[in-house]
Amino acid sequence: MAEIAAEASAPRPLQDAVIGPRRPPLLAVGPVAWAKTNLFSSWLSTAVTLALGYLIIRWAMGFIDWAFVNAIWSVPVTNGQAQTQACRALNGTGACWAVVTEKHRFMLFGTYPYEEHWRPALCVLLFIGLYIVSAMRRFWRKELALIWIGTLALIGLLMWGGVFGLSYVPQERWGGLVITLILSTFGIALAFPLSILVALGRRSRLPAIKTLCILYVELIRGVPLISLLFMASVMFPLFLPEGINIDKLLRAQVAIILFAAAYLAEVVRGGLQALPRGQYEAADALGLGFWQKTGFIILPQALRLVIPPLVNTFIGMFKDTSLVLIIGIFDLLTAGKTAIVEPAWQGFGIEIYVTIGLIYFIFCFAMSRYSQGLEAELNQHRVR
Amino acid sequence: MSATMEPAAHVSSAVRTDAPPAILLDKVNKWYGALHVLRDINLSVAQGERVVVCGPSGSGKSTMIRCINRLEQHQEGRIIVDNIELSDDLRSLDAIRREVGMVFQSFNLFPHLTILENCTLAPIWVRRMPKKEAEALAMDYLTRVKIPEQANKYPGQLSGGQQQRVAIARALCMKPKIMLFDEPTSALDPEMIKEVLDTMVMLADTGMTMICVTHEMGFARQVADRVVFMDRGEIVESGVPEQLFNDPKTERLKTFLSQILRGH
Repeated sequence: MAEIAAEASAPRPLQDAVIGPRRPPLLAVGPVAWAKTNLFSSWLSTAVTLALGYLIIRWAMGFIDWAFVNAIWSVPVTNGQAQTQACRALNGTGACWAVVTEKHRFMLFGTYPYEEHWRPALCVLLFIGLYIVSAMRRFWRKELALIWIGTLALIGLLMWGGVFGLSYVPQERWGGLVITLILSTFGIALAFPLSILVALGRRSRLPAIKTLCILYVELIRGVPLISLLFMASVMFPLFLPEGINIDKLLRAQVAIILFAAAYLAEVVRGGLQALPRGQYEAADALGLGFWQKTGFIILPQALRLVIPPLVNTFIGMFKDTSLVLIIGIFDLLTAGKTAIVEPAWQGFGIEIYVTIGLIYFIFCFAMSRYSQGLEAELNQHRVR
Repeated sequence: MSATMEPAAHVSSAVRTDAPPAILLDKVNKWYGALHVLRDINLSVAQGERVVVCGPSGSGKSTMIRCINRLEQHQEGRIIVDNIELSDDLRSLDAIRREVGMVFQSFNLFPHLTILENCTLAPIWVRRMPKKEAEALAMDYLTRVKIPEQANKYPGQLSGGQQQRVAIARALCMKPKIMLFDEPTSALDPEMIKEVLDTMVMLADTGMTMICVTHEMGFARQVADRVVFMDRGEIVESGVPEQLFNDPKTERLKTFLSQILRGH
């Protein structure tokens, strides 16, 4: 012990030469070393690893048996009636994917006229194309707003029809995935800018604007989305003069936008508050006006800071659109539920819900992964 | 003082006493709540004059210069900058801020913009300068502060001294008539103070009207036409550097100077 201390405190000979850099000590690397430190470091950890490994493999094999080995992918149809006896004979030991094969069109497009299904299908593709284009940073220019307006107009035209030889389809017959995408895309696209205005308003020095924004956030945030949807669908029409009827989907859409904007506004406000005061002062001292300061200095930094909670709210919103089922709008989830009302298919809910869950998951997971990439990319300036 | 700035030959002055003052503070008072932070401040700065403001912390020196471009609002008295009186009128405020550049203790560069973008943003959007012209101007000033090669980096990639020089260049790109410095070297490591002070001396040499809050006495001796000593919200003494430093009249200044000298 004393030797070590003596050695450590021994003065290094004075020298002018710079000591060259060394590599860090080699750690044990590679998958075997990783498993050794993380999975089998002690007898307890080995036991837990083995027990969990056994459970996982057993569950996975059971799932594979159910989902693939014993599954039935299609059933014969006679006189327009699906013959589901084979599926029922499985008695739960295998998945009856036939219900999805049979009903996928209803799940995706609801009660939209069957021979016109290409229209909502094209709309879904347009939405996905719009997401992909918007996700690419090289398209982040002024033209993107025009692309959005154009695409959304085209989607409206395709869905409604009534011109260019397309037959008119009333909104009551729309349904399925396309409704979910319409509600969430318009919802996010309009709620986000609104939320920025509300967040800025909440920090305004003008008392009237500030009070209005606080009231808005607190009132909307204080009630469940379901009650807002009920108000939009039941109460709101009572206040309208007779003969005027605003589309039910539009009313639900407005309710969703207002609801989401209240939450997003608080997220954005968090970002605004996280910015050091010096950034505001530097912008002021340079003579930048309010909107220049906000647009060039404050928002670009504030929004970067809050990408994780923003995307969190976006994902929540995407799934919350399924609540429109309570006012009788056929989104993806409602369409799926309705698909298995038919006597022949009753009892095959699991397959339907697994499929719907998978669709939701794909969209949400894509958002999540994209946001992580975006965060890393946009915060490059913080890396030295 | 670690001899960062030897009292060198005095930089030639460009004070114009014939013209109206660049900055005039007339009986300015300010309170934070009940705290009286500026008390009857009277100060007139001529065009081309270089004024160094010193004083203990909490003496109101930063607050005073921040009132000049209205980062802080005064409650009593008048402030006239470049013949425009500061008021609640936003247009006059914009006009003043265009003519007054400011350098902060904590640099306050915009971290999400490159050095070049930091320098061109305000000229392009406030002065409505074409982008090419603004970039050429920015490169010119970045060359003068000796960091043109960093133009495409982000502030976080630069040292403190380099960031502060960028901040000076950024303010100069607006072609201001007056420059305010709020303790520009206080947040810097000792070896970086000199490069920033050198830049400021160079600027003083061009005849720029400057007010500089600093404790760098060497800089004050070399550059200042006048040193103003503040304590507890008041201007206690002011005069040419030699007189103020060598022959302080008040106990407060004597105490302050002895503390400064002991501190280094």
